[in-house]
Amino acid sequence: MVRCVPLLCLSAALALPGLPSAAPLASDQQAVHVLNRLAFGPRPGDVEHVQRIGVQAWIDEQLHPEAIPLPPSLGARLDSLDTVKRGAGASLAEFLELRRNVRMEDEGAKQRRRLAEAKVAREANEARLWRAIDSPRQLEEVMVDFWYNHFNVFSGKDIDRALVTSYENEAIRPHVLGSFRDLLGATARHPAMLYYLDNVVSSAPEADAKARNKRGLNENYARELMELHTLGVDGGYTQQDVTELARMLTGWSFEQRRLAAGGEGFRFEPKRHDRGTKTWLGQVIGPAGQQEGEHALDVLAIHPTTARHISRQLAQYFVSDDPPRALVERMAKTWRETGGDIRSVLRTLFGSDEFMSTEAAGAKFKTPYQFVVSAARASAVPVVNVQPLVSTMTQLGMPLYGCQTPDGYKNTQDAWLNPDALTRRITFATALAGGRLPLSTAPGAPPPQPLPAFVDVSMAALPVAAPSTPKMAALDPDTLEAALGASVSRRTLDIVQQKPDNLRAAMLLGSPDFMQR
Amino acid sequence: MQRRDFLNALALGAGLVLPLGAHAWAATGTAPTRKKLVVVMLRGAVDGLNVVAPVGDENYLRLRPTIGLAAPGMEGGALDLDGYFGLHPALAGLQPLWQQGKLAFVHASGSPDATRSHFDAQDYMESATPGRKNTPDGWMNRLVTALPGTATPSRLLGIGPVLPRILAGSAAAVNLPNVAGAAKADILDKPDMAAAFDQLYAGSPRFARAYADGRAAHKEVMDATVETPQMMAADRGAPLPNGFPDDAARLAALMRNDPKIQLAFVALGGWDTHASQGAGTGQLANRLAPLGQGLAVLAERLGPLFDDTMVLVMSEFGRTARENGNGGTDHGHGNVMWLLGGKLNGGKVYGEWEGVGDHALNEGRDLPVTTDFRTVLAQIAEKHLLLSDKQLGQVFPAMPQRTASFQLLKA
Repeated sequence: MVRCVPLLCLSAALALPGLPSAAPLASDQQAVHVLNRLAFGPRPGDVEHVQRIGVQAWIDEQLHPEAIPLPPSLGARLDSLDTVKRGAGASLAEFLELRRNVRMEDEGAKQRRRLAEAKVAREANEARLWRAIDSPRQLEEVMVDFWYNHFNVFSGKDIDRALVTSYENEAIRPHVLGSFRDLLGATARHPAMLYYLDNVVSSAPEADAKARNKRGLNENYARELMELHTLGVDGGYTQQDVTELARMLTGWSFEQRRLAAGGEGFRFEPKRHDRGTKTWLGQVIGPAGQQEGEHALDVLAIHPTTARHISRQLAQYFVSDDPPRALVERMAKTWRETGGDIRSVLRTLFGSDEFMSTEAAGAKFKTPYQFVVSAARASAVPVVNVQPLVSTMTQLGMPLYGCQTPDGYKNTQDAWLNPDALTRRITFATALAGGRLPLSTAPGAPPPQPLPAFVDVSMAALPVAAPSTPKMAALDPDTLEAALGASVSRRTLDIVQQKPDNLRAAMLLGSPDFMQR
Repeated sequence: MQRRDFLNALALGAGLVLPLGAHAWAATGTAPTRKKLVVVMLRGAVDGLNVVAPVGDENYLRLRPTIGLAAPGMEGGALDLDGYFGLHPALAGLQPLWQQGKLAFVHASGSPDATRSHFDAQDYMESATPGRKNTPDGWMNRLVTALPGTATPSRLLGIGPVLPRILAGSAAAVNLPNVAGAAKADILDKPDMAAAFDQLYAGSPRFARAYADGRAAHKEVMDATVETPQMMAADRGAPLPNGFPDDAARLAALMRNDPKIQLAFVALGGWDTHASQGAGTGQLANRLAPLGQGLAVLAERLGPLFDDTMVLVMSEFGRTARENGNGGTDHGHGNVMWLLGGKLNGGKVYGEWEGVGDHALNEGRDLPVTTDFRTVLAQIAEKHLLLSDKQLGQVFPAMPQRTASFQLLKA
């Protein structure tokens, strides 16, 4: 068997950490590079569009998504998703109602609950992926991917199933290019996060003597707030700082009934707040109720350690797995000067020589999400049914809204490149290229599960499953080749062009070149 | 003769021809071994004080009034291990192995690094270099590199859709998303597809190796999953629940059919029980039950191969000795390691144990680490996989102290 250079040496050579000199990119490569980084890869015609208006002008446009109109067809499709439009309250009310009915052993209640929950999950996936594939506000969608992951909430944790849609739309999406403090505050107060990292149950230990064993301090959110969301694990805080921050945040909460009935998503509970004096990160914090937590977020959002930590994560996402230190420092400087203005930090990043360099182009290995979305975009297939994309991400180890742990998914080659992944990506590419994925037909019923014997099937109101999927046309390899432009190497093109037409599109989407961005 | 004495004798008699075969120990560090190691990692920090609970300690239920396990014999109580420690009742399926001396624990073990970050602690446990983040490879990869024998991609196998840190490194390692799916033919089994993609990937400096390893491992797994009548009989027609028990059964079959597989790794999540973890029943019990069942199935279906196998269960750190205000536990320090194997000196809870009195707790909140997890790993590598001192040094660099006070394997 052929043995190549050991992987580790190779990735080190590719990443070139900290090298100051960066060779500039040719202009046709610049267009495809920015489409691979500020967007989920090019669709047919995108490379020409970026070249026509100019790379810099296109970047500026992407930094102001509010000025880019959404196509009416996308708007109409998003508008059809009832469970996405409604707020957290209505969603939770439905969830609790369905659960109550199951407890009451209402006939068919389990089936109705399963269908309703499947609809919520399906519509969340549709809203996310339709936008990622079709929105012209591509950077916004890229940043939704980045920030949702940074402030990850696992949809599988009980009521979070009903809350993650609102979390993304209300806590993440409005702030992806705005003020980091606003983003941090919105995630801190959203019931999805309060529930996921248990702050909702955290109380002053002595608050209620009768319930001492049921109520008390929970460190979970306070720890991850510093370790993952802001300072980083090497941010210089101690176990004592974790405990003290948890005390400052006691009372940050919500109540399920009030949320379900009236949409109240956040509530400060003074009775559960620890009124003692705290010492946190060397500061004495006098009793100030909810303001203690707000003060902590103020401090953390503009802390120089946060500035550096998140600048590095952004540079790792947009430039290379081991990003140049000098670039990270310049981004952190912008962060400090602007008080954590995300747009400004990104402007520093996109304007850097390190970003627009031959070393950076193609240096990132696509995550399963980026691979699947970029393939759908390049194919230009109108995507109605996202299920084949969602299943592929799950098979590749990156289920959408399905990261259990608060650190979110990694975006490095080490995390995602493995022998099995390449075979699976090639399998997906081949099916997409051959028109064998049912992307353009409305999704059928969720995969049927055996009904319990006592359920009357006629009561279960099963939607009719889509009839056997009509075969879509195979992709045209020439259109695909043109769409991918300079991101496909000469060598790959030479091999692909010798092959019969029915293999060429599959080979392009399954090529080494398309695995990277 | 002690092995170290033997090594000294060997050094004196240079050029000595080593006898191979029946006395495998004599061939330490040079001859291929049939021995296997399966590592199960519980990501999220399992609550070891409720896995192997010090139910005989008067402080235990004081620290854990709502989540503590009841004494053996009570309803939902722990299963007595040695009169002091009790096993979680959800792990009842492992009791026969304990009684046969094929199950042991090392309590108050873990990483000497004080971090209570899941992610750093897991990283350290997988690199086996606590406190050092830039170690490029995982210890199982270094182990397979040091292990004598022919390198083959399926020799180091991970179950799961991604390749974890512990398997990363210069030696080939492959992953199967789940064992059930791995035996199916895929698109690259078609000759025209194979030819096309082989050509594209053979010349890719970045991906050629992962591609080639994937194809080679796929072929090996396909060859090894032909079900024999004996294996069908071993199933006894009992279907297993999805998830770990099913994967464990299939892994056992794969290991029996493919002697090339020597080191296997599987990670299970969902142990970060900050709230409502339950006691004899509940959230933690629901996680432990399939784990215990899967381990029992693995031991059973390995059959005679279980005598050549060590199974190690580990988790990045333990949890607070005291339950928190929400019927859960927060991040702690020392934990319990589990060991299963046909040749294990089992039926014992190993490790220096100081109780759970206030004075004994680390920082007043959790178990101290009295056994560095690497001493357990190193003992397995030395006594079970028969690595030489030099090889041990490569697999576990910069280990302060290698020898443990106990012998996990039968002499």
